[in-house]
Order: sequence, then C-alpha cells, then structure tokens
Amino acid sequence: MPKTTPIADAQRVAELIDQLVEQVAAGVAERGDSPLAIVGIRRRGDVLARRLAERIDHDHTGLVDITLYRDDLSEIGPQPTVRTTEIGFGVDGATIVLVDDVLMTGRSVRAALQTLIDYGRPRCVKLAVLVDRGGRELPIAPDFVALTNAAAPDEHVKVRLTPTDDKDAIVWIKR
Amino acid sequence: MAKTKKTYTWPHRHVLGLEDLTADDLRHVFATARGFEAVSTRSVKKVPALRGQVVVNLFFEPSTRTKSSFFLAASRLSADVLDFTASMSSEKKGETLVDTARNIEAMGVDVIVVRHGRSGAARQLAEHVGCAVVNAGDGQHEHPTQGLLDIYTIGQRLGLDTCDLTGKTVAIVGDIAHSRVARSNIHGLKKLGAHVICVGPPTLLPGGFEAMGCELSTSLDDVLERVDAINMLRVQFERLTSPAFPSAREYTHLFGLTTERLKRMKNNVLVMHPGPINRGLEIESAVADGPNSTILQQVTNGLAIRMAVLFLVHQAQSAEPAASVR
Repeated sequence: MPKTTPIADAQRVAELIDQLVEQVAAGVAERGDSPLAIVGIRRRGDVLARRLAERIDHDHTGLVDITLYRDDLSEIGPQPTVRTTEIGFGVDGATIVLVDDVLMTGRSVRAALQTLIDYGRPRCVKLAVLVDRGGRELPIAPDFVALTNAAAPDEHVKVRLTPTDDKDAIVWIKR
Repeated sequence: MAKTKKTYTWPHRHVLGLEDLTADDLRHVFATARGFEAVSTRSVKKVPALRGQVVVNLFFEPSTRTKSSFFLAASRLSADVLDFTASMSSEKKGETLVDTARNIEAMGVDVIVVRHGRSGAARQLAEHVGCAVVNAGDGQHEHPTQGLLDIYTIGQRLGLDTCDLTGKTVAIVGDIAHSRVARSNIHGLKKLGAHVICVGPPTLLPGGFEAMGCELSTSLDDVLERVDAINMLRVQFERLTSPAFPSAREYTHLFGLTTERLKRMKNNVLVMHPGPINRGLEIESAVADGPNSTILQQVTNGLAIRMAVLFLVHQAQSAEPAASVR
C-alpha cells in the first residue's frame, strides 16, 4: 500500500499561493507594454493558473497540452490522452508566465516551451510552480516557486486544488 | 500491469472498420481529434508526435482527396510519408498485396495506410504485417476515417461534445449496396445511438441493412421532414451503365437534393457529402454551397480525424512491446 504523508493543508496551500502571487506580480511588473499571459500546463497546472489569474492583473490566459510534445510517449504506462491546447492570443511579443503545480524532471516544461514557441515568439517566458521537489533531468529552473522540498525518487508529490479536487492540499505519496 | 480503475486505453493497433470499434473508442478518437484541430490554425502547423516514424500511403485505387488528407495528416505529425501507388491489375488474388506490403514493411515502416478495391484487403494486410494498418477504403466494405469524420462533423455542428446521437435521425441517400462510406457511417452512427434511414432505389437497397438496425426507404420525399442530417452519397459514374441503376435524370428526379426538397426539411438540417460532388446530379449547387452544407467542414475535420487515427494506432503499437516486457 502506498503511504501518504500530508505536507500542506488547505490553509498552508492558501499561504503558498499568496506567496506565489506576490512573486509573480513583482516579477512581471517591469514588462513595459508587453501583454501578460498566464498559461497553465494541463492537467493540474491549468487549475493553479486559473487561481493565479484571479489575483494577478493580466491580458490573456491560456492552456497548453503537452502530450504531442512529450519525449517519453512510448515509455509511460497508461496512454496519455490528447487534449486541446488553448492559446487564443498572439504569442509574439507577449510575456508569458508558464504555470505548473509540481516541478520535477523539467521535461513537461521543455515540452510546454516547445509548444508555445510553435505559436510564435514570446518576449519572454517565466516559470511559476507551487512545489519544486527536485530531481531535474534537464537544465530548467523556476523563476517563481512557493515551496522547495526535496523528495526521494520513489516519492510522488500530489497537489490537490479546488475545484478539480474537493479541497486544497499537498501530499507526499511513497510507493 | 497494475489494476487501474476506469482508465480508458485505446486498444487498436489497426483501424480497419467502425464495426470493430466501441462507442468509447469512437468518442476517444473524437476527443483526440479535438486536440489536433488547433494544430492546423497556428503558425507552425506541425507537432512532433510521430517524429522519426514512417507512414506509407499504399493505394491500389486512384484517390486524390483521401490520399492528400492522409499525407497532410502524417506530415503535421512530423512523420515521413512515402507514397506508394500500386496497380491492382498486376496483382494476383491477394498474393501480391501481402508481398507488396511485406516489401514495404521491410524498409522499416510504422504505419501502412491502404486503399484497395477488394473488400477485406485491409484486414488481410493487417494479419500479415507487423506494423499498424489503417484502412483508407476497401472495396465495398468500409471507409472508417470517412465515417469518423462524418460523425465528428455531425457532433460538432449539433454542439454535442459527447457525440451522443440518441434521438437524432440521419439519412444516407444513394447507392447503399456498393458504398463503403454508408457501411462505416451506419456502424458508427448506430453505436452512438442514432436512428439511420437508408434511402435509395430498391435495386441498390439490400435487405441486409435492416439487420444492421437501419430503416429502409425507397422514397426520399417520405423521410425529408424527419432527419437531422442527410448524407448524400456520390453517384459513381461507372455504375450508371448498370441495369440496377436508374438513368441520371431519373436519379436526380427521385433522389437528388434540390432547393425545393431542402425547404421541406428541418431549418438547421445538416447536408453532408463525402465528395467529390456531382453538381446537379445527387445534389444541387445551391444546396451544396448553402448554409446547411457541411461539405468543406467535413474536409477540414478529415485532417484532424486522420491525425488522431494515425497517432492512436501508433500509440497502441508502441505500447505493445513495452507491455509484454513488464
């Protein structure tokens, strides 16, 4: 049986999101006339992106589905489902904050970057994550991070966010 | 494999006909196609999903549209595409079909897209090669990607995300007996709950379709008011000489979709045609180009559907060896 350890309850998650909002708002303040887009990586990054977008003044929101850009399509067990990518704004010249819940290997972020770049040439892309759990396999670092907490390779970090889940929480699952 | 609850997995390494697919399979293709639609509208119209894979178009029958659509679909997935046009006349009863396919496969091919004049040719191929096979039309049997794109278009135009067609009525009009498009449509539509009416001259309307759950009618005028979508099959000119087929004039008179007939149908009825259309024969120009027509939307959707099918069969194929190792 997998062992589950709670790391953050709803109140702690709210604090972490507050921190992330502050960091992002400060980090994109100096962007001049470049429009700001907050873009979530499906499937859990999009929920977090929506929560950030509620509280940060922005011009656009979007979603990227990275299935078609993964480098591990044949290695992962259950087949990933292709979902829609929704980039309804001009990417050229935009300042994009890419949002994901957990950062580990960096491969999702790489795929998301490639997806974005196929839509145009952003002025800059910044990365916001709720949890950096370590374990990078690519040279990718977050610009904004609320919680840094190293996890062992066999541990799975799960972020639960409303409204997709019934309550906000972060848990460590040991397989 | 660990037991996972209720996770759907696409199981098909080949797509040979809609008869083999379940309602869940059909919905999975549609959901996947939705993800591919946007690829055609952005600045880089390509995703790397099939990078380094080889797709072969193996066509034993002339085709421009379907072949181009598969070509473009494979290109947009970053696959390399080989066009292999073969002649059926040089073929000796199936032996050479398999030989040809094996030869091509030996060059290191991942997916074969095949069109052949003989019903069952695609299945025969699938049984003899190791790579994935997609049927692009086999004789009078099935043309699954056409069926998929037709149904996808209906779902899209009716605003039905789940493609649950319960309570919807679709008429298919023309030479039902010889139509692989009709067969694929019927299998798919029935699985998603639609009521299907086959309409055509009695000589081209075999009773067997009743056993497939269809209503048969020899009068187009009788069904006009009831249908939500009407799929006008193309009249094959080579059949016009057949005694089973009425003259062109008589056909248009009885089964042609005219402006006058359209007026008697539901306001938002979908007028479909697999193309290429014979203007003034099975469909009047004003109807084909009118607001009810989905003809060009069908072509556009064909691309997303074929991308989805190529992607899924490849996914199933690459999952297989990995699963056996575990």
